[in-house]
Amino acid sequence: MYDIQKIRADFPILSREVNGKPLVYLDNGASAQKPRVVIDAMTRMYEEDYSNVHRGLHTLSNIATEKYEGVRGIVARFLGVKDAEEIVFTTGSTEGINLVSYAWAAPRLQAGDEIVLSVLEHHANIVPWHFLRERQGVKLVWVEPEADGSLPAEKVLEAVTDRTRLIAITHMSNVLGTKVDVKAIAHAAREKGIATLVDGSQGAVHGPVDLDDIGADFYAITGHKLYGPSGSGAIHIRRERMEEMRPFLGGGDMIDTVTRDSVTYNKPPMKFEAGTPGIVQQVGMGVALDYLMQVGMENIAAHERDLRDYAQQKLSGLNWLNLQGSAPDKGAIFSLTLNGPAHPHDISTILDKRGVAVRAGSHCAMPLMDWLGVSATARASFGMYNTREEVDALVSALELCHELLG
Amino acid sequence: MASEAFEEIAETFEFLDDWEDRYRHVIELGREMAPLDEAVKVPATKVEGCASQVWLLPRIEGTGPQAIFDFDGESDAMIVQGLIAILHALYSGLSVTEVLEVDAAAELGRLGLNEHLSAQRSNGLRAMVERIRKLAGEAASA
Repeated sequence: MYDIQKIRADFPILSREVNGKPLVYLDNGASAQKPRVVIDAMTRMYEEDYSNVHRGLHTLSNIATEKYEGVRGIVARFLGVKDAEEIVFTTGSTEGINLVSYAWAAPRLQAGDEIVLSVLEHHANIVPWHFLRERQGVKLVWVEPEADGSLPAEKVLEAVTDRTRLIAITHMSNVLGTKVDVKAIAHAAREKGIATLVDGSQGAVHGPVDLDDIGADFYAITGHKLYGPSGSGAIHIRRERMEEMRPFLGGGDMIDTVTRDSVTYNKPPMKFEAGTPGIVQQVGMGVALDYLMQVGMENIAAHERDLRDYAQQKLSGLNWLNLQGSAPDKGAIFSLTLNGPAHPHDISTILDKRGVAVRAGSHCAMPLMDWLGVSATARASFGMYNTREEVDALVSALELCHELLG
Repeated sequence: MASEAFEEIAETFEFLDDWEDRYRHVIELGREMAPLDEAVKVPATKVEGCASQVWLLPRIEGTGPQAIFDFDGESDAMIVQGLIAILHALYSGLSVTEVLEVDAAAELGRLGLNEHLSAQRSNGLRAMVERIRKLAGEAASA
């Protein structure tokens, strides 16, 4: 039994008001709120257990290192990865994908080599590949979704040629909620010797992920969307890809020895973690992932399916509203516009007056906006603590938008 | 120091005590604004720093400090379009010297709009006011 009231009580911010109304937080796609256990663990770490990691031999350094390194195992368990040494800490998916672009792709890809990516991608899974296009003539091959926003694995695989070196694909669209069958893509790509990178920024938040089963070479997650701290994150990199990667950022932690004339590097994963990391942030992410596993990702997915179905039913009843994307089994993410001249910024401003937080804009997905034929949308994205009553509050606030702006 | 048109808006606002009615009125004022000709929506007339798209086209009659200031404007967001209409009421018909003397924050504060505008929208409003002051300043010293 999913005790939604108990879960809501775990998130202190949910009890606050905004503009005199109870907060209805539907901007989870941008960043999720944090449970008390995460906030407390971070405070406690600063108060009692804080030190730099990996270097010192003193007690606090050992405690901090144990806590920090322990998170690798938590991430591995969360993602269904057997070897925790395949988890590289990052500041989020953006850094993870840039790491792959600089450290794995840049030294390997030649002019004319191709990267297949979809129009659903977030800029974080576009721009690092544009860098390779600009700097070394790598060709970006775009795959468009179907009219309903779905992206069949076959369509992605049809774009593969003998020059394809990488498929970079989202697990779940941050704008449309479309889920992509990344397992089918990764397995077919592997047979052809092509690497797969999956942007798990949204996918890992809304359902269980088993990377042992999915089989992608790279899978990036971001802690702040997983109810953890901002500035935390990780990327899973398969051992054989790690061996192919050169270091990305240089500095402490990633080196073995440095002389005036040479440098040797630490073993992976630390080879890819330069400088003092976000120690407390990563520890906070570990607590968040433990919390999610305790609630159960299957349970969260079921709860969000119920919200999705309820919201879909309520929103599709509004004939002055356009919903973008209706892929089967999509996530509880709704991008919408109103008929007529209302701008998504207008919608967001009015919803905010009712305490309803949504995102308005291009959602870091301009190629998708182009494909949809809109400049922006308002996006309501649900999370583990949202309720049917909050769907009702959204609908009621949208009705006011229609009245004021229609 | 504000125009008659602005005083009229301020009076109307005094009777509107809930935010919905104020927003409704702002949006209505925006609807009454004539749209800009597509040909003048160019980078030179675009106001950066607004969350939505905004264009301001000055129409200044005469030269020097006594030149009369007016402008046309448009936004793709309805609430911002309403704010442009309010700025139009605030500034149009003043001399460019008078435009520079208007305390925009205080005048807009009289409408109680500040508290209802999100930070990004406030920035948009600020960017628009800055553009108007820049245009008037240039005309005054021409």
